[in-house]
Amino acid sequence: MLWRKIARHGLVCLATLLLGGLLSAFLVRFAPGFDVDEAQLDPHLNSESVRALQESRRSQSNVVKFYLQSLERAVHGDLGTSISLGQPVSSLLRDRAPLTFRLVGMGLLISWSLALGLALSSAWLRLTVYEVLTTSLSGTFLCIPAAVLALLSVLWNVPGSLAVGMIVFPRVYRFVRNLLAKAYAMPHIMTARAKGISELRILLWHVLPVAGPSLLAVAGVSVSLAVGAAIPVEALCGLAGVGQLAWQAALARDLPLLTSITILVTLVTLLANSSADVIGHMLRGQRA
Amino acid sequence: MTIWRRVACGVLLVVVVLSLAAGWLAPAGYAKQYREEAGAPPSRAHWLGTDEIGRDRFARLLYGTRISLLLAPAAALLSTLMAALIGGLAGYLGGIWERAAMAFTDLFLSLPWLFLLITVRAVMPLNVSPLFSVVVTFSMLGLLGWTAAARVLCTAAAGLRNSDFVRQARAAGTSEARLFWVHVLPNLKPVLYAQFWISIPAFILSEANLGILGLGVSEPLPSWGSLLKELEGLVSFGEEPWKFVPLVLLVVVVTSFQLIISKQEEVGA
Repeated sequence: MLWRKIARHGLVCLATLLLGGLLSAFLVRFAPGFDVDEAQLDPHLNSESVRALQESRRSQSNVVKFYLQSLERAVHGDLGTSISLGQPVSSLLRDRAPLTFRLVGMGLLISWSLALGLALSSAWLRLTVYEVLTTSLSGTFLCIPAAVLALLSVLWNVPGSLAVGMIVFPRVYRFVRNLLAKAYAMPHIMTARAKGISELRILLWHVLPVAGPSLLAVAGVSVSLAVGAAIPVEALCGLAGVGQLAWQAALARDLPLLTSITILVTLVTLLANSSADVIGHMLRGQRA
Repeated sequence: MTIWRRVACGVLLVVVVLSLAAGWLAPAGYAKQYREEAGAPPSRAHWLGTDEIGRDRFARLLYGTRISLLLAPAAALLSTLMAALIGGLAGYLGGIWERAAMAFTDLFLSLPWLFLLITVRAVMPLNVSPLFSVVVTFSMLGLLGWTAAARVLCTAAAGLRNSDFVRQARAAGTSEARLFWVHVLPNLKPVLYAQFWISIPAFILSEANLGILGLGVSEPLPSWGSLLKELEGLVSFGEEPWKFVPLVLLVVVVTSFQLIISKQEEVGA
């Protein structure tokens, strides 16, 4: 059963990769200006060279052929060359990915610590005023655009990871609070509380086993949110990561680079979601 | 309706009326430049001062609010209609249609929203006319933002597929198309309304993000995104606090929508 689930997730990832690649090939091929190469405007080139450039562009006009060629190159680790930066996409990604992983990792740690801390304290204290305050706090962050939070982090000179954390926190908090509230309202947990069992024991022995799989699913989704938040934070905080690269590629209409980044990011988020789902499945299996 | 929801509706009404009355309230158009007063602080003539090329910030805020507040609901309407057609129809038909639609929406949903937006925006020319950029930005939001709503509608329509009234109508010889349009779709109205209201603040925030990143509405047309881009040049919080007015207004408007949504979500559920 578990292997079947893992295999299904693997197939979904592969299908995403193939379909995403095909869509990217369409985007690149049919984007305005595909047939034109900046090099053709070089006055040093003679007519034969210009014609050769035009021929080379024309050879890529068949989308399926173009896609298959790109796929073959990708299998060998060649993701193409960035139009705007003139460098191989794979080396650009290799250089910038560590910073983004650190930023996203720290952002997730901050958002989850804050969300879990507030949701748990809210469940333990059971004070309406506290509940209203925490909900208002997360609601306020939810209403501020991610890019503004990134700008404010620059203004207040705080690390970009804090901005990522604050972008992800309200989305995570909403789910975590609801899940914990539902778990704490269960009859056996209310009985345990009435019997005077410590809150920590209730949390570890009764609440987390019930809410754990759902919390893991939220954790998977939060990876996607944090990766999305990396674009404005890296772009506006001047951090040389994959998010900034995607933004620069969008401004320069560098589609080969942008589509490679999007496929990579999609795979990362799919893997995070699949891992959360499989671990949640295992936990549920253990409980049963 | 609770007192907070009434306040939220009141606030939204006031903001919409003010933005529609921009022609009367603003001292001049959003593009008019007062070159001798560039970068001026707030004064009687310019309530929120002027920007770096001398345009009245208050006028730009009113016109920008009009653009964002009129076009975000239009984009939400487009995405809700697409979700109703794709998700609702797939849920109603069931079988392979439902599975295919769900697989497709899952694929779409696995893409981080902002990555998807900037990728699609980059495919289109960036040096387009301001009016075209408004249409492109909000159409893109509407055309790409239907997937989450489609998922909810698919589930809701699947629940109606084998309900008693649908079975009776089918037994009476009603065609499948009529069944969907006349019997199923009207029963999805509460979910459709909820999804419509949920999409509006999401699209307002997305436009603001795109605008700040320079991929939204082009100058000289104002929008909340382009107005918030001014925060980029600030060195300290207290330096020019009036530059935060668009942000405050945006937060107030989105909060008002969130307060209304909490009611809609209950209905949708």
